[in-house]
Amino acid sequence: MSVAIETRDLRKAWGAAVAVDGISFTAPAGEFTVLLGPSGCGKSTTLRLIAGLEEATDGAVLIDGADVTRRPPNDRQISMVFQSYALFPHLNVAENILFGLKVRRVPAAERAERLARVAGLLGLERLLDRRPSQISGGQQQRVALGRAIIAEKPICLMDEPLSNLDAKLRHEMRVELKALQRKLGITMVYVTHDQVEAIAMADRIIVLNGGRIEQNADPRTLYDKPASTFVARFIGTPPMNILDLAPGDGGWCIAGDRTAIAPPHAALPDRVQLGVRPEDIALADAGGVPATVEQVEYLGADLLVDCRIAGQPLVARVATRHPVAAGERVNLIWPAEHQHLFDAATGARIEAAPGFPNPTVTSRSAGP
Amino acid sequence: MTRPSLTLRREWVHGWLLLTPALVLLFAFTHLPAVTTIWDSFFSTPRGRREAKFVGLRNYETLLADDTFWQVLSNSLWYAAVTIPVSVGLALLMALWVDGRLSGRGFVRLAYFAPTVLPLIAVANIWMFFYTPGFGLIDQIRGAFGLPEVNWLGNPDLALGSVMVVAIWKEAGFFMIFYLAALQSIPPQLREAAAIEGASRWTFFRRVTFPLLMPTTLFVSVNAVINSFRMVDHVFVMTEGGPDNASSLLLFYIYETAFKYWDTAYASTLTVVLLVLLSALALGQFFLLDKRVHYR
Ligand SMILES: Nc1ncnc2c1ncn2[C@@H]1O[C@H](COP(=O)(O)OP(=O)(O)O)[C@@H](O)[C@H]1O
Ligand SMILES: [Mg+2]
Repeated sequence: MSVAIETRDLRKAWGAAVAVDGISFTAPAGEFTVLLGPSGCGKSTTLRLIAGLEEATDGAVLIDGADVTRRPPNDRQISMVFQSYALFPHLNVAENILFGLKVRRVPAAERAERLARVAGLLGLERLLDRRPSQISGGQQQRVALGRAIIAEKPICLMDEPLSNLDAKLRHEMRVELKALQRKLGITMVYVTHDQVEAIAMADRIIVLNGGRIEQNADPRTLYDKPASTFVARFIGTPPMNILDLAPGDGGWCIAGDRTAIAPPHAALPDRVQLGVRPEDIALADAGGVPATVEQVEYLGADLLVDCRIAGQPLVARVATRHPVAAGERVNLIWPAEHQHLFDAATGARIEAAPGFPNPTVTSRSAGP
Repeated sequence: MTRPSLTLRREWVHGWLLLTPALVLLFAFTHLPAVTTIWDSFFSTPRGRREAKFVGLRNYETLLADDTFWQVLSNSLWYAAVTIPVSVGLALLMALWVDGRLSGRGFVRLAYFAPTVLPLIAVANIWMFFYTPGFGLIDQIRGAFGLPEVNWLGNPDLALGSVMVVAIWKEAGFFMIFYLAALQSIPPQLREAAAIEGASRWTFFRRVTFPLLMPTTLFVSVNAVINSFRMVDHVFVMTEGGPDNASSLLLFYIYETAFKYWDTAYASTLTVVLLVLLSALALGQFFLLDKRVHYR
């Protein structure tokens, strides 16, 4: 029953304000696709274009291979969960869940059977005759979910469905939602601005920025090979460090420092930036890049060490067993395969990062 | 005496002191007159040196035999039965129409609200111009189509209807504002959620909008009931109850009896009828509608 969604060069503008600026992607059948990006980047608008709640300025939406760009929402085989849940406040839980089936005149016996199944699945059996105002936020969320899955549509669209829940409940619902999507084989398009949520749930993440796609990849690739400094800075807790490089004696160095990072012969653009994840950095007894510790944050298992290398800020996440104090001078090392190079002018990733002999790697004494 | 009970007692005194002004006013101008009215309805009207004397139910017997009373009561009931649903329904329709339109909404709202800002006397005068036989706006338009003149206010068959139209015109705009405010508080996501389920506009109205407007409908219709028995200014200006009591309403008849014929005892009796009628309607409305009203 799985059905794929495709957008082709989708655009949406309100006057001069462009919300979605030529987006093309495929949400594969039965997979969990996440639209991720900061607030205002056009995630909701993209989702609403797929749902048919907004009319596209340009481009096309294809569902199951058919062009549905000009079709109303109920012709698109979709169900949707809204951020605010959009439950009908005057109807009880059962009536809210059954609303769509009644509209479509599904026979009463079948309605009752499907309601029982969905209520059982979501643990709503004992809440069926309560009003939305008489149940908790997490329960309202489930009712909204119930209303979406009872429709048995092959596609489910969700716009930040967990953002109104507290941290613990959010984690539980994340697990449940993912399991449910797997179990029912739904094609999911899920909007969030929370990269942790995206990485935990997605089969595929589409990172949006200013109405355009920055990167479309699976979570692992997104983390290991961010396509741009924007993605690099968006993914990870804390996100990737980005440092300016400058040509030095032995090769490319961090601007203001003299430890070679990349060989001089490498064919690189005029201005280059280095990306290193905090968790890939370790402290060394000697060698590596010298840095000054500014602040140390204790996280239990790890320490977050704020440092500066020749004036450029950088965060390292190191094991607690290395004692560090503010004001101390330390040596930082990281494996060569975990450093990323970006073109400073465009922010784009430089693939095939030039080969090393990399001093930071060869001279380390303590591994990460 | 222990301290807590002292504080309790002081709070109690303060509470009553705060309540007193409102209570005094309420008793002096609402409860006392109501009780006096019921009391007076069992006495004769004092005339000259003759004092009022207890007459038991004689005033009520007069009432039952009074043809004018029956006509006025039937006028009032017709007036209520037509103006209440029509003005509330019209208000809802106009609000739904205005709510969907963004541009010029402010102007449209103002246009509908205008009759409400005008005093009823002024409204009645405007309509006098519309209704004037021969020269009035309505007859001029009718004339353009070759239709004959109509004496809207002078014809016993048309007078009550003509008075009702004025009341509806004034009330609908007022009630529309309440409906409009209620409509704007309904989250737009509800409409979108319904659209995804394939609900038509009518289904959405019937299953969602209308139920969510029920508290407003209750409020508006209680007001409409009270107004339909309370507002008679336009009757004074337009018809003075005529011709032949055809457009006279209960409150207008009470006024005439009390301050034109100075039959205060009979006026009290009529007032008791009005009180009973209004109380019954208000109670009925709350019990009937309360079950179907959803308060968020
Ligand atoms: N109805 C609208 N009219 C005008 N501009 C809008 C409208 N809806 C969204 N926008 C604009 O489009 C951009 C993207 O909005 P949205 O898709 O809601 O972002 P996100 O969901 O990623 O936070 C924002 O700059 C927003 O201001
Ligand atoms: Mg959004």
